[in-house]
Amino acid sequence: MNAPTLATALPAEAVKITTDPSTEPFWLAARERRLVAPRCADCGQFRLPPSPFCPDCQSTAVDWTELSGRATVYTFTVVHGFPGLPDITLVPAVVDLPDAPGARLVTNVVGSDPADVSIGTELTVDFHPISDGWLLPVFRVTGQPAPGPAAQEQA
Amino acid sequence: MAHDTGVRDVAIAGIGATPYYKRGETAGKSITQLAGEAILAACADAGVSVKDVDGLAFYSLARAGYGEQMEAGELVETLGIRELKFSAALTGGGGGSAGAIGLARAAIVAGDASVVVTVMALQQRTRLGTVVASKAVTPVSSFVQPSGLAGPGHLMSLLTRRHMHVYGTTRDAFAEIAISTRQNAVTRPKARYREPLTREQYFSARMIADPLCLYDFCLESEGAVAIVTTSLEQARDLRQPPVPVVAAAHGGTREWGRAFSWFGMPDDETFASSGNKPIARRLYERAGITAQDIDVALIYDHFTPMVLMQLEDYGFCEKGEGGPFVLSGAIRYTPERKPGNIAVNTHGGQLSEAYVIGATHILEGVEQMRGTAVNQVAGAELALVTGGPSAIPNSGLILGRDR
Repeated sequence: MNAPTLATALPAEAVKITTDPSTEPFWLAARERRLVAPRCADCGQFRLPPSPFCPDCQSTAVDWTELSGRATVYTFTVVHGFPGLPDITLVPAVVDLPDAPGARLVTNVVGSDPADVSIGTELTVDFHPISDGWLLPVFRVTGQPAPGPAAQEQA
Repeated sequence: MAHDTGVRDVAIAGIGATPYYKRGETAGKSITQLAGEAILAACADAGVSVKDVDGLAFYSLARAGYGEQMEAGELVETLGIRELKFSAALTGGGGGSAGAIGLARAAIVAGDASVVVTVMALQQRTRLGTVVASKAVTPVSSFVQPSGLAGPGHLMSLLTRRHMHVYGTTRDAFAEIAISTRQNAVTRPKARYREPLTREQYFSARMIADPLCLYDFCLESEGAVAIVTTSLEQARDLRQPPVPVVAAAHGGTREWGRAFSWFGMPDDETFASSGNKPIARRLYERAGITAQDIDVALIYDHFTPMVLMQLEDYGFCEKGEGGPFVLSGAIRYTPERKPGNIAVNTHGGQLSEAYVIGATHILEGVEQMRGTAVNQVAGAELALVTGGPSAIPNSGLILGRDR
């Protein structure tokens, strides 16, 4: 009981996503363990979540840009418990993506003691299994080794 | 004497409410029954027959909370309303509460209807505290729901932490908002919580979405509230002193529109805010006043830090100064208004009286302007009522006294 409870992501069966034509490329890439973001093909502005129009120039043309997977914590919260999962510890976070300026992702910091997460913490993307064979981009504190499959199962 | 130059063409003529219940207690009643009880009470207060109601101006898409729906047809049928000539709702959620009175005004000023009811009935068959997690996932919410941000408080804890980081705001400020609001509820017969809240209780409460603890969250209550709006002229012939609408506004900017639950606000000043600044600007312009002219502020208090951020957005203090402002005691209720202070949520708000999605704030604004509030601010002439922070529209309302 003395070891800190590490933050995790919601278990696979608790997370469902749906897609539409604007968002599907994001999820198809994630399933290949690639983090991508839509960039307006006309004015170059990034946006997330993916949406039908560029809010700056209203273009519908998109370049799906592969990102490095690096991110920085812009803000976060620490949540103990989720409906049906009273003992889970989550660190939902809003992250800046240095190679997609102007776009942010709402995600989870996983594998860390919540006390070790702060605004500005550097993160690296990882991918977490969710329902229907999709993978969810989540983030680990940079420099922390990703656990093996067994530890992921525990999450 | 306030010298506003507001619209003052319509007025709130009547208000009514059911008792306030805890979650689950109204299970034996239907939404239509709860809403109907509040509407009948508001009509009796105004001195109009419910049969003469000819308009309904809802908010939150006429949802009863966020799950179930209020049905205009059911209300018309069971209450015996003769003819409905206007039935509309603001989009969004609780952010439109104050703005619904502006919708009622639109109906009256356009000549479409003359006795317009705004009503909110809330039952928590779907628990609002975790409503985000319980909704069916959509392509857009697929970018929020998987993170485990289960409810509105979880979402707003993200804004709160950023405010603390950028401006040095501390939990002491949130405690002061919870404690001062509870203090106002102590004298309120209908309030759900009437025992004073101590700092010890606040700081020993469990964290729900750190930095938000139990007492930063509003109550999980049930009940219904209704408001009757008519032309000012008509209201003068009714039972109560009219409470003129000085200004009403709803909406929001692109920065906030793509913000809440998307969190893409481009700068800290917008991110760590209530999104209500554009509403405040339009309200004050319309009324020809500044924040310093407001005598009592009924601020949508679903979460304590969002009260603080609204105090900033509505100009009661500078941006980022909300913490020191509330910690100075500036929002405490005193019967006589003190310069530089602003009594906030004199009814005990959603934190301590009852949460009916913003509608109780309109009631208190009306009572303050009638001079009949339990915690009356002596001689108050202008009351601010706010809705949100929420998905847009956010909204605001300035009420006055007839002159």
